[in-house]
Amino acid sequence: MRNIFPVLTVTAALIAFWYAAVIPMNAQWAQDQARRAGTELGFAALVTDTMTQARPRLPAPHQVAHELWNSTVVEEMTGRRGFMNTGSLSNRSLIYHGWVTLSATLLGFAIGSALGIALAVGIVHNRAMDASVMPWAIASQTIPILAIAPMIIVVLNAVGITGLVPKAIISTYLSFFPVVVGMVKGLRAPDQMQLDLMKTYSASGPQIFAKLRWPSAMPYLFASLKVAIAAALVGAIVAELPTGASAGLGARLLSGSYFGQTLQIWAALFAAAILAAGMVALIGLIQRITLKRMGMAV
Amino acid sequence: MRDTVTAPVISARDLNLTFQTADGPVHALKDVTLEIAKGEFVSFIGPSGCGKTTFLRVIADLERPTSGTITVNGMSPEAARKARAYGYVFQAAGLYPWRTIAGNVNLPLEIMGYSREEQATRVEKVLALVELENFARKFPWQLSGGMQQRASIARALAFDADILLMDEPFGALDEIVRDRLNEQLLALWARTEKTIGFVTHSIPEAVYLSTKIVVMSPRPGRITDVIDSPLPRERPLEIRDSPEFIEIAHRVREGLRAGHLDD
Repeated sequence: MRNIFPVLTVTAALIAFWYAAVIPMNAQWAQDQARRAGTELGFAALVTDTMTQARPRLPAPHQVAHELWNSTVVEEMTGRRGFMNTGSLSNRSLIYHGWVTLSATLLGFAIGSALGIALAVGIVHNRAMDASVMPWAIASQTIPILAIAPMIIVVLNAVGITGLVPKAIISTYLSFFPVVVGMVKGLRAPDQMQLDLMKTYSASGPQIFAKLRWPSAMPYLFASLKVAIAAALVGAIVAELPTGASAGLGARLLSGSYFGQTLQIWAALFAAAILAAGMVALIGLIQRITLKRMGMAV
Repeated sequence: MRDTVTAPVISARDLNLTFQTADGPVHALKDVTLEIAKGEFVSFIGPSGCGKTTFLRVIADLERPTSGTITVNGMSPEAARKARAYGYVFQAAGLYPWRTIAGNVNLPLEIMGYSREEQATRVEKVLALVELENFARKFPWQLSGGMQQRASIARALAFDADILLMDEPFGALDEIVRDRLNEQLLALWARTEKTIGFVTHSIPEAVYLSTKIVVMSPRPGRITDVIDSPLPRERPLEIRDSPEFIEIAHRVREGLRAGHLDD
């Protein structure tokens, strides 16, 4: 609780900066409208106008908050297609679209983490994999995801795989990498003395892994999982962009930009940010509980 | 001095070990010949680079000699290691931070496949031996350096190895803690009748603890003197002021100095 004050200060400063930027960004449109109507805008009227436009160049914070509220709680509670009226989530609500993206993110994150851990175990235990896998893993991350995502989706579509899985695969593509890097470092964290100690017990390979390497790697694992889940979310959103997906936060971003719905874009962006923050916080919580039980609480 | 008729526990003959480094070969051990009988407390003393730690690691099969022969319990070091013939105490306690003290002591027992009841009774017994029975549930960071080192000794004693190899176990501790641990180590040795190989660079520590002192010198690492101590097995701390003690310490110092003359 001690750091709540600095956090609030920074947040307040950012919001103030945002409001200040709204006025010049939207002033042009407001003045054009006034000129067309043959009226003159005073400063107060100008400020009011820049913060209440329906399709502003830069929406004000309260407009984004209002749109977020409307497209989640209000839509599900009172909307014609909302949850209260139909018993299923409305396809106009960010809860529905968020869930579509989240499910692909979680599946991709699970596959990516498992793949990352498996590759790291291989790299640490096998000389050939040590020499060959890492350069490929690094090379895979130098290809822009925006370039490769449409190809993956088109190819998978051609073999009849559609829906959740292609998006999850792109999430996997982005999320395995931080796990590989972190876990290779973590599994190599034991020093020579700790390995010598295991040798004096003539411990087997699996015993060294289970009793020394794996527990040593725990702090590294959680650090990389936090990066990986954020990357998985980015992957799922990017996967929704190029194919004109009809659902998901990426689809909301895309349709928002087609129709100039800046409010919708910003609301979807914030929904994604909230989702990412929530998932990272959840992993942080699991990390704290696990490390505390291991006696390594920070 | 006793048990000289029985077969030696450790027997090394013409042992050589050369490390290949970027700066050319380093002769870590040269023509080392030594016998250690059962129940002896042998100290290896010498300046850094004299091969004392390397020799201990050869006994433990953590290094392979370039030439020469060595047997541990009549076997090759590798066979002895696989038969779990020795416990090894490193310079740092090296306890696993994610295990409690009891969990750390239990580690070798888990690896060696002791039953759960056996594990529990042995952990309790060795923790009592090093006077840590009240700290079983604590984590390593909650203990002082000296207590951590005692826990690591308990860990090396937990299984039935009759050889204990200790590589400067008290090197990082202050004088007062060190004296106390030396006393406890002697008591422990008397109770368990293990054969102990002990690396140190402290002359008083070597003389106080040992029945046999092996003086070594560097470049190349070799044995310059082997001193059989006439001190009784029962040794109060005050023995360090006796003329016999001072005489042995003097001889060790002379041996160390002789090793340096050819530098």
